[in-house]
Amino acid sequence: MSKTMGHKPQQGLLGWFKRRGRTLVIAIPFWWLMVFFLIPFAVVFKISFAEAIIARPPYSQLFTFAENGVVQIKLVIANYGYLLEDSLYISAYWSSIKIAFVSTLITLLVAYPMAYYIARSPLRRRNVLLMLIILPFWTSFLLRVYAWIGILKTNGIINNVLMWLGITNEPFVMMQTDFAVYVAIVYTYLPFMVLPLFTNLVKLDQSLLEASNDLGANSLTTFFKITLPLSVPGIIAGSMLVFIPVVGEFVIPALLGGPDTLMIGKVLWNEFFSNRDWPVASAVAIVMLVLLVIPIMLLRNAQNASHEEGA
Amino acid sequence: MATNPQSKVSGAIANGAKPWITHDQEPFIKISNLTKKFGDFTAVDNVSLEIYREELFCLLGGSGCGKSTLLRMLAGFEAPTSGKIEIDGQDMSGVAPFDRPTNMMFQSYALFPHMSVEKNVAYGLLRDGVSKNDAYSQVNEMLKLVQLEDFGKRKPDQLSGGQRQRVALARSLIKRPKLLLLDEPLGALDKKLREETQFELINIQESLGVTFIVVTHDQEEAMTLSTRIGVMNEGEIVQVGEPREVYEFPQSRFVADFIGSVNIFEGRVSDDAIDYVRIKSEDANCEIHVSHGVSCTENQKLWFAIRPEKMTVTHKKPHKTKLAKFNWISGIVDEIAYQGNLSVYRIKLESGKVVRITKSNRLRHDEDEITWDDKVYVSWEDTAGVVLTQ
Repeated sequence: MSKTMGHKPQQGLLGWFKRRGRTLVIAIPFWWLMVFFLIPFAVVFKISFAEAIIARPPYSQLFTFAENGVVQIKLVIANYGYLLEDSLYISAYWSSIKIAFVSTLITLLVAYPMAYYIARSPLRRRNVLLMLIILPFWTSFLLRVYAWIGILKTNGIINNVLMWLGITNEPFVMMQTDFAVYVAIVYTYLPFMVLPLFTNLVKLDQSLLEASNDLGANSLTTFFKITLPLSVPGIIAGSMLVFIPVVGEFVIPALLGGPDTLMIGKVLWNEFFSNRDWPVASAVAIVMLVLLVIPIMLLRNAQNASHEEGA
Repeated sequence: MATNPQSKVSGAIANGAKPWITHDQEPFIKISNLTKKFGDFTAVDNVSLEIYREELFCLLGGSGCGKSTLLRMLAGFEAPTSGKIEIDGQDMSGVAPFDRPTNMMFQSYALFPHMSVEKNVAYGLLRDGVSKNDAYSQVNEMLKLVQLEDFGKRKPDQLSGGQRQRVALARSLIKRPKLLLLDEPLGALDKKLREETQFELINIQESLGVTFIVVTHDQEEAMTLSTRIGVMNEGEIVQVGEPREVYEFPQSRFVADFIGSVNIFEGRVSDDAIDYVRIKSEDANCEIHVSHGVSCTENQKLWFAIRPEKMTVTHKKPHKTKLAKFNWISGIVDEIAYQGNLSVYRIKLESGKVVRITKSNRLRHDEDEITWDDKVYVSWEDTAGVVLTQ
């Protein structure tokens, strides 16, 4: 410390940069995220209290200036009330959460053995396998969803193979069903589950498993008593990364889902672009955010509490 | 210990029995021609070893000498490439770790971080189907034994290193294994705590009557703890013996050098009689007289090893009536390290060889104090050293 103190502080831009560099490096992306999340959020929040009108933009102004210079604020809460009135919204929320929950669970069940195997592989194979997990990101997400259409459709690859093998005479209807939606969601979000699980499992101290073995537990008991409880942070992280975006997923249900596949992302899109009811669409978006934030906060609190207990 | 089926012989070794000399007991552990290869590398090379009930046996060696691999084969974590392990007359080949009558205390302790101390210790009992009430009352007893009765509810990360070490010990002892394997049990503790814990470990071992095999690289620890020491080098056991035997009668230069410090003079036999040997050493620049017979031939090359504390350093020329021309050399004091209880002298001999001599500081003030660059005489008794042929 004394050594740097002895130097004369550098003048000019370079000196300033040297002194503030670290703060700057952190602050720029931080502010970028703050600004470009909070401003749109504020805009959407504002619109959700407006009234739909046929105009451009298609909503009423929150603040209006009366002739005598008084500012009028007009808050329309009816948009939120409307979400409760029309059962479409509630069932869309419910169905989104259900689809997200089920597909998170399936993704977890598929990803856990994969992550476990990768974490246990020798370093060289591990890198190859991780590469394979990340490889799909090289192609566009949209392209990959379209590819699933080719695989799942009535005269698609699966049905052709099944019929050629004589397993079935009639093609299975898979497109425009919840099944197709689940398949595509699990496929798309698998890496987001595998990677956090892998980072957790690879850190697992092998001697803990040996100790459990040594104390009389077979491999299965060791897994449930030691490996699984210690991988809970990885499970939570992976599940968050899958669950949250899936709730708002639009592309997959729109392309692969049928008319019965009700997801809030699709409802939101219809509200904005078909109905052009921006205020209601905004209200839908705000409620979705709240619905997602509350469980996350609760989970975090629970995690902190269990940490406190440990400390 | 009512639960211990071996209680009838408990304390035999603690009371001074030496079955490895008397052979009045079947060995408890029989390791025969055990070899472990990892690819081209031979970690354990044709090791045969017999260990008796209630022994505290130390496997001592530098890193990579195969001692841990040997321990892991006993625990069942590694399968031997060839050879056999028998514990209490039972062949252990193909027996899984969880079916073995052994438990292990890991070097890293391997405490389960998500479980409290109690749950860690109870883990082994609960896996064996012991009822919860039973298990926890045994856990309490065990925690009392390791003086941690008030720490049962804590998590491992809320304990100090010494406390964690004791939890690991309690956890590995709770099932009353026939054999406890300890991998560097005191390695992570600081010096003072380590010394205290050594004796605690011996007390616990004696009170429970469990056979211990301890792996360590610390020769002092091995000397303090063990009934016998097995010194390992490059996968082989090079010498097995009681601590005093290994220290005073090393069989090779490796053992002499590895355990304690030693001065080694290379030389050739100049006179080989039935009750003495004389060695002419250019290293020492004198003739060495050893007052016991050694099986060797005239002019054979061999080594004379002598411990630093068995040599005397004086200002005056040592005058002995008998054999006056043997076993003394003159030299110059090169370096002195004062360590309180003793002083260590490095003395440069006329031949250029540097010897290390320790002298206990019995006087608070020495009139005839030896200091740097003094001309001194180094001498020793004719029974003080060992003649090594390898």
